Amino acid sequence: MKLSKALAVLTMTAAMAAGAVVSANAAEPVDAADVKVGIIYVGDEQEGYTYAHMIGIDEMKEACGLSDDQVIAKYNIPEDESCYDAAVDLAEQGCQIIFANSFGHEDYMIQAATEYPDVQFCHATGYQAASSGLENMHNFFTSVYESRYVSGVVAGMKLAEEYGADAECKLGYVGAYSYAEVISGYTAFFLGVKSICPNVTMEVKYTGSWADQALEKETAEALIADGCVLISQHADTTGAAAGCEPNKVWDVGYNVSMLDAAPNYALTSASIKWGPYFTYGVNCIINGETIDTDWCQGYTEGAVYITELGPNVAEGTQEKVDETWAAIADGSLHVFDTSTWTVGGETITTTATDDLADLYHGVEYISPDGYFMESELASAPAFAFIIDGITELNQVF
Amino acid sequence: MAAITKQKEPFVRIAKRDTIPLWKSILIRLAAILLSLLVCAVLIYLITNSNPLQVYRSLVDGAVGTGRRTWNTLRDTMILLAIALAITPAFKMRFWNIGAEGQILVGGIATAAVMRYCGDTLPTFVLFLLIILVSLLAGTIWGLIPAFFKAHWNTNETLFTLMMNYIAIQLTSFFSIIWEAKKGSGTIGTINQKTQAGWISTTFLPQVFGKFNYSLNVIIVLTLTVLMFIYLKYTKHGYEIAVVGQSENTARYAGIHVKKVILRTMALSGALCGFTGFLLVSGSSHTISTSTAGGRGFTAIIVSWLAKFNPFLMILISFFLVFMGNGATQIASEFQLNESASEVITGIILFFILGSEFFVNYRPIFGRNRKGEPS
Repeated sequence: MKLSKALAVLTMTAAMAAGAVVSANAAEPVDAADVKVGIIYVGDEQEGYTYAHMIGIDEMKEACGLSDDQVIAKYNIPEDESCYDAAVDLAEQGCQIIFANSFGHEDYMIQAATEYPDVQFCHATGYQAASSGLENMHNFFTSVYESRYVSGVVAGMKLAEEYGADAECKLGYVGAYSYAEVISGYTAFFLGVKSICPNVTMEVKYTGSWADQALEKETAEALIADGCVLISQHADTTGAAAGCEPNKVWDVGYNVSMLDAAPNYALTSASIKWGPYFTYGVNCIINGETIDTDWCQGYTEGAVYITELGPNVAEGTQEKVDETWAAIADGSLHVFDTSTWTVGGETITTTATDDLADLYHGVEYISPDGYFMESELASAPAFAFIIDGITELNQVF
Repeated sequence: MAAITKQKEPFVRIAKRDTIPLWKSILIRLAAILLSLLVCAVLIYLITNSNPLQVYRSLVDGAVGTGRRTWNTLRDTMILLAIALAITPAFKMRFWNIGAEGQILVGGIATAAVMRYCGDTLPTFVLFLLIILVSLLAGTIWGLIPAFFKAHWNTNETLFTLMMNYIAIQLTSFFSIIWEAKKGSGTIGTINQKTQAGWISTTFLPQVFGKFNYSLNVIIVLTLTVLMFIYLKYTKHGYEIAVVGQSENTARYAGIHVKKVILRTMALSGALCGFTGFLLVSGSSHTISTSTAGGRGFTAIIVSWLAKFNPFLMILISFFLVFMGNGATQIASEFQLNESASEVITGIILFFILGSEFFVNYRPIFGRNRKGEPS
């Protein structure tokens, strides 16, 4: 009893001391050995999305030279006040920078950020950092749509080889929820396929869950039964791939390589590297620099990639992939180029209209160069048009 | 024949105890808890190779290691306790109200609605008065519906209250979309984040409770605990509940209006669940989602039964369950043990506690010819 009390007092004193140091040196550099990093995960290593973040944290530790005990992780934190409790607890333990990885964590991060102005709070996929007016609140995401597009190119190559580039194939997409992050992702994928096979169409079916192995498999099977010849996904498990292999249908995954689940039919997966942002954030603390309010980087900075190509991709896929990446990197290719897609038969030239105020709040997302400026104005995905050729079979919020 | 039967007499027999001295029953329960901790320790060591004492220390640290963590644990304890208190009158009446989840959610929706629509306009006192009124009302209605059917047509209240949960969950999803913070996100987000209108203050009496505290939540629920104890034990209502629970026929014979008691008790149970919805939304989460009740409506049943409907014992049991749950987060961060580890520990301890009740009520008799047994 006495020991635990003494320990408690000790931890509290240490936390207070650390807090005092930070407040005195808000913008001063911090020695790498004194940095303490907190991270709030919505899941744990069994969930692909969180696992990718865990790998990113490991990369950051290596890059910044931090030891294991300088990083405090909290696992399976739901999107409710538990996130606030976790964030505040990490701040009290002396973390100078705290990351959270799920969309619904944002309000609670803001609440904690208000209380701890000297601690930096960084939230993935969120959108309120700028509007919160807090200097210590930041949003980050990656241009994952770039890797979605390239994975679409891989899929297109395979379809062109099997059915011919003019074929009118139907693709299937297992989505989680009907909102911008998912819509932006599947549109990028679809445009990637279309760049090779212009006549394809796509059906999207939502599961209403970020991670539900059985449901994702079932949804993929339903799409296959509906005549889809290739399945991709925006949900976090290997369920869709597991539904593809026995049905001999091609699969393009997300987050992690699907070769374990579909050794013959997995083509590749669109994926994100979170390491670059974690490294950037922690380096800002070490160097006493200000962290960007909205951070979004893509292929050029090494933040997105596609996983290794499966054994059965079409001939020449690697060359085409390299070519596409190069075009994205040099700016000659814009994923959401308005000349490649239409809505209701019309080319979109502006988003700042009253009709679209619900989706885009009167903000102009179409650049003068004729493309939708995804992730350029804020880090979170904004593209929410259902473009021609894509059919939503259901809607789940 | 008789000789053979005697030879085959079992090694252990079980006999019901007539009475048991208090010290003995406490001793049995303590032994059970110690044994369960021992079993857990062995299991932790065998499976993870971590030092069980360190794991326990980290569990304690996670639950009450800092002022903030202690307040969080107290806050969650109070919520679980409030729900247990709410369902107790119904259970004591043998009305299986497993609809606490739904009754909490409708109370929460009512609270959220008032916070959203009146947060900026009403003065604080009136705002809280209104919130409490509507949350009580919402819970009452949700509790009364199955009670009405039970009282008049003897429908099965277990299924009825259970199904009412799903309606409440769907209602919550519905409002999550009506009130969603960002189109398509399906989450409401924190309500009144800037103004904190309708939030139960976390800075009550800072000189006494520290800069940040949930003392108001604690005071409210502890008051409720005392009131519930008095209500069940010393009022006519409480007596009627007990009689109806024992036997409806006896109650009728004694001139108790059974229908009225069922309706009244479920109204109370539902109202208190609705009130807990208010505590949850105003006092901690400041939002409402389908996971706001988070299964606590069911956990509370365990609390109520383990405490044998004694409100004061419920404090201990809720505290224990919450303590384990909150401590678990720390084990997960420190030892990379999945949170399931603490669920395993809690499960084992509960198993032993429930097992100890068996030994409190029955005693094993080894061999034969013990005193007081007919030979």
